[in-house]
Amino acid sequence: MGKVIVVTSGKGGVGKTTSTAALGAALAQRNEKVVVVDFDVGLRNLDLVMGAERRVVYDLVNVIQGDAKLPQALIRDKRLENLFLLPASQTRDKDNLTPEGVEWVIAELKRYFDWVICDSPAGIERGATLAMRHADVAVVVTNPEVSSVRDSDRIIGLLDSKTLKAERGERIEKHLLLTRYDATRAERGDMLKVEDVLDILSIPLIGIIPESTDVLRASNMGSPVTLADAKSAAAMAYFDAARRLAGEDLPITIPGERRGIFGKIFGRKAA
Amino acid sequence: MTKVLTDSRSIRIKGRSFLAVVLSPDLPLDEWLVLLDDLAARSAGFFLGRPVVLDVSDLAIDRAQLKSLIEELGQRSVRIMGIEGAKPSMMEPGMPPAMKGGRPAADFEVEEKEPQPVSEMRNSAPDKPAVPDHKPVVTQSLVINEPIRSGQSVIFPEGDVTIIGSVASGAEIIAGGSVHIYGALRGRVMAGSIGNASARIFCRRLEAELIAIDGVYKMAEDMDPRLLGQSVQLWLEGDAIMAETLI
Ligand SMILES: Nc1ncnc2c1ncn2[C@@H]1O[C@H](COP(=O)(O)OP(=O)(O)O)[C@@H](O)[C@H]1O
Ligand SMILES: [Mg+2]
Repeated sequence: MGKVIVVTSGKGGVGKTTSTAALGAALAQRNEKVVVVDFDVGLRNLDLVMGAERRVVYDLVNVIQGDAKLPQALIRDKRLENLFLLPASQTRDKDNLTPEGVEWVIAELKRYFDWVICDSPAGIERGATLAMRHADVAVVVTNPEVSSVRDSDRIIGLLDSKTLKAERGERIEKHLLLTRYDATRAERGDMLKVEDVLDILSIPLIGIIPESTDVLRASNMGSPVTLADAKSAAAMAYFDAARRLAGEDLPITIPGERRGIFGKIFGRKAA
Repeated sequence: MTKVLTDSRSIRIKGRSFLAVVLSPDLPLDEWLVLLDDLAARSAGFFLGRPVVLDVSDLAIDRAQLKSLIEELGQRSVRIMGIEGAKPSMMEPGMPPAMKGGRPAADFEVEEKEPQPVSEMRNSAPDKPAVPDHKPVVTQSLVINEPIRSGQSVIFPEGDVTIIGSVASGAEIIAGGSVHIYGALRGRVMAGSIGNASARIFCRRLEAELIAIDGVYKMAEDMDPRLLGQSVQLWLEGDAIMAETLI
């Protein structure tokens, strides 16, 4: 049975879709079978970042409504044969996602894939709670600024109450992925410090992704940065985050800083 | 049709208690409304979605004035769920229902006298014949082992609340007793919320948005900047919130 990850944040534009694609491609390069699922019904984006927008025939809503079989809706990546996309609908609205339908789709996907990565819509409403509902693991995507941190805090509260795991009294595994981290702005003090974000959110960190034009360029080419530009700093940070998701224990590096303190930060949060 | 008729389900009626915010206006009402606007402006959304009871026990106003007060509050998005302490002559159809007494008063008939705040009921000497076997009040404790996240509220009128972790900005704790936070307090805390002036607030790091004890409140901007970031205890002396750093 595969693991279900939800990539979530509360706030929009922080890098959920980018991270879903990058982590999906990174895990697939470890020879694991991965499907990325777009839950952002009405505002689908993941197909663009994955470069699959012209290959979308059926989508999540079609599968839930019984108009298409699940295998018909899955799109295999052209570059990685064990990476798949289940796109969201652009035309239907999100009310077409029923809890029972979502439950069934996730259960099916778990049977065939090692990783089911759900790209959550922004907000704390139905779409976001449905995307997190069946997750085993949450990747909370946060930018180092106050409003993003507060929204993430809110989302963590929902993860601890609205997910199936939480309702069963189990703990959902939560990881913080700090994205769009700008070393120069951090130095000037224009952004929250990594320690402050960790202090407020108090969940373990799995990676810090630098703000980088490499990410934008890769997205515009329709490719996850971990495929288009695997040697870039952002891709390397995503590769490391994927390894941590898979259970490896690696020290965290803060972009633009010397090693040394990282171990300390990571060690403290793991406590 | 027959199916419905033979259906043996019965209507379930359950009791449930909610913690309401009680507003007790003073005369003159227009001045009181100005104070209320000030509180609302500084603590946006304070009354939104919260049950509010209007306590008019000691207020010398008539039906028309009560009606216009309810309207004034309505314009401020304060929706009144009930009115406490109103004389029957002040009420008219369409107004929120009259409410009587706090929880301890619910079991017996109160004669036509002014309702009393819950705290007085609790502390009242057992010579009041109406109170059946007056047991000592045992304060209960609620201990939470994790941080309280933005958007979450912990409401515990029964007693003390201890949080082993931080209280986030946008989170709130409402306790009948004292509140202990072994972490940073960044949100709102209301201690002694059902009338307990001896309740205190303790926290490892004070960065609160609002603190209140027995209804006396302080906003972030009213707090002494020297206390911010410190380990602090807060208590009430008369109508003033006192604070000192711990250790
Ligand atoms: N590390 C990064 N560096 C630069 N731009 C980024 C980075 N991560 C995301 N972006 C850009 O930010 C925008 C929002 O990202 P997206 O992944 O769509 O966010 P979300 O899914 O959370 O709304 C996109 O234009 C994306 O290319
Ligand atoms: Mg998105």
